Amino acid sequence: MTTTATTSEQDVTAAYVPTAEGLSAVLAAGEQPPRPSALSASMTFGWRAMLKIKHVPEQLFDVTAFPVIMTLMFTYLFGGALAGSPGDYLQYLLPGILVMSVVMITMYTGIGVNTDIEKGVFDRFRTLPIWRPSALVGALLGDGLRYTIASTVILVLGLILGFRPAGGLGGVLAAVLLLVVFSFAFSWIWTMFGLLLRSERSVMGVSMLVLFPMTFLSNVFVDPRTMPGWLQGFVDVNPIAHLVASVRGLMEGRWDGGEITWTLVSAAVLLAVFGTLTMRLYNRK
Amino acid sequence: MNQHATGVAIETHGLVKTFGRTRAVDGVDLTVPAGTVYGVLGPNGAGKTTAVRMLATLLRPDAGEARVFGHDVLREADAVRGRVSLTGQYASIDEDLTGAENLVLLSRLLGHGKASARRRAAQLLEAFGLTEAAERQVKNYSGGMRRRIDIAASIIKTPDLLFLDEPTTGLDPRSRNQVWEIVRIIVAQGTTVLLTTQYLDEADQLASRIAVIDHGKVIAEGTPGQLKSSVGAGSVHVRLRDAAQRPEAERLLARALGATVQLDPDPVGLTARISGAETGSGAAEHASRALAELARSGITVDNFSLGQPSLDEVFLALTDHTTTTTKEAAA
Repeated sequence: MTTTATTSEQDVTAAYVPTAEGLSAVLAAGEQPPRPSALSASMTFGWRAMLKIKHVPEQLFDVTAFPVIMTLMFTYLFGGALAGSPGDYLQYLLPGILVMSVVMITMYTGIGVNTDIEKGVFDRFRTLPIWRPSALVGALLGDGLRYTIASTVILVLGLILGFRPAGGLGGVLAAVLLLVVFSFAFSWIWTMFGLLLRSERSVMGVSMLVLFPMTFLSNVFVDPRTMPGWLQGFVDVNPIAHLVASVRGLMEGRWDGGEITWTLVSAAVLLAVFGTLTMRLYNRK
Repeated sequence: MNQHATGVAIETHGLVKTFGRTRAVDGVDLTVPAGTVYGVLGPNGAGKTTAVRMLATLLRPDAGEARVFGHDVLREADAVRGRVSLTGQYASIDEDLTGAENLVLLSRLLGHGKASARRRAAQLLEAFGLTEAAERQVKNYSGGMRRRIDIAASIIKTPDLLFLDEPTTGLDPRSRNQVWEIVRIIVAQGTTVLLTTQYLDEADQLASRIAVIDHGKVIAEGTPGQLKSSVGAGSVHVRLRDAAQRPEAERLLARALGATVQLDPDPVGLTARISGAETGSGAAEHASRALAELARSGITVDNFSLGQPSLDEVFLALTDHTTTTTKEAAA
C-alpha cells in the first residue's frame, strides 16, 4: 500500500508483524492466578452486562418506554370506572402496575440471554474452567439493573401523577428490592424456554401465554374479592398475586410477613426448578 | 520451554455425533501428539467443527470416547477446560465490547484481579498489534484484527492445547500470513494446536500431521509428506528460455530421469514425473543431474521446481468427489 489515504484500520492491520519476542513474552507470562470463585465469576459477567448497556444503550427502551405506557394507559383507562377517578385508582394500581411491568420485562431478559448464547462468545465462556451457571447468573444480575431502572421510571412517573406511598422511602425501597429479587428468580423460566425453543418468535409466544394469565388474573387491577370463587382460587396460588400484595403492603407501610414469605418461597422454588432445568439444557447444548 | 511436548494431547476412539439423521462425526479415531500442529482437513460439512466442539467439551459425544491429556471430555470436563482454549469458526469474542474490555473480561474470568487483568490485556494488545484499536468495539474491527483479538483471548492463560477452528477462512493473504506466523510462534512455545481447515495449503504450511476428514470419517492420516507420497511421486518442472530448445530438452530429461516427459501447454515448459521409489533426496539428486545435463548441452533453464504432488491432488484423490468447496480450495 503506497497510498497515504488509508484508513486507520488498514494501518493497524498492515503495520502488524507478529514477532517471536513479542509473543513469547506474553506466552511465558509467569504465575497463573487461581480460579475465580463462583461469586467473582458471576460478578464479572454482571460487569459484562453493564458494559453492554453502556455500548448499546438503546436496549434500555423496553425498561423505560414500556413501563411509562403501561402506567399511563391503565391509570386513565380503568381509573374512572374502577375507583371513581384516575388519581384515586393510582394509589391502588401503582404497586400492581410496577410488578406487572417488571415481570413482563423479564421476558426480554430471557430472549436477550438466549440470543447471546447463540453467538460464538458463549462457546468461549463454556470452555472456561469456571462455575457453570455464572455466565447466566451474571447476565441476570445485569438485568437486575434493568429492573431497577424500570421500577424507578414507574415510581417517578407515579409520583408526578400523584401517587403518595404511606410507607415512605424505606417501604418503597424494600418493595423494589423484593420485586427485583423475585424477578431474578422468575427470569429463569425464560432462560429455560430460550434454550428449549428454537426461535425467538416461539419464545415470545410462550411468554405471552404464561404472562398474560399470571399478571391479569391477579390483584394487579382489582380486588380479587369481586371475582368468582374458582378464579379467586387461582389468584390465591398465583405467586404474582402474592408479590403484588407484598409490594402494595410495603409501599403502604405494612410489612405483611405472610405475603412476603410466600413471595420469597415461590421465588426460591422458581429458581430451584427453572434454574436446574436451564443449566441442564445449557450443559447439553 | 517444551515442557508439554511429550506424550499424547488428544486421543479419541470411535467418536460419534449425530444430529437427527445426519452422522456428523461417524466413528473418528485420532491420536494427536503433544507439542505439534495437527491439521484436520476436510470440506465444509465434513464434521471438523463438530469434532472440535466435542473435544472442547462443548458437545456431548453420542458414542465413543475422547481424552485430552488423559482427561475424559465428559467425566473430567472441568480438568479439560483448565488446559484448552478455543478459537471458534465465528469470532468467540463479544462484538459489542471493545478489544480491551474483552480481554479484561476474560482475564478476570481466568482469575486475574482487576489491576492484573488490565495489565494482561494491555500486554496482549501490544503483542498482537492492537493497542491502537484497544478502545474500539470489536464489531468495527477488520477480519484480520478480529482473528488476532480472538487468538489473543485464547492465550490469556497459555493453553496446553489450542483449538483453532478454520482460523483463516475469509482472511486476506496478509492477515492469513500473520495468523500462520502467530501459530508457529505459539507452537514453538510448547502449546499443541489442533487446526481445522479446508485449505490444503494451510495444512501443508503448518501441520506436522494431518487427518483428512470427509462425511464424518477419517479417510487418511499421516504427515503431509506421507499423504502426498501415498498418492504418487513428485515431479520436476522446467521452464526454458528458448522454446526452440524444447525437443532437445525433452530428450535429455527423459534419458536422465528415466521417465516420460510431458510438454506443458506453456511452449517453454516441461514436466517430468519421477517414479515413486525415487521421491525424497533421490529425486533431488536425479533432478540436479538432469539439470546439469541440460546446461552442458547449452540449454538455458529460466527456472525449475521440484515438487511432491500438492495436497490438492491428494485431497481430490482421497475424497473422490469434487464439491464446490474443494474446487475453491484447490484454486
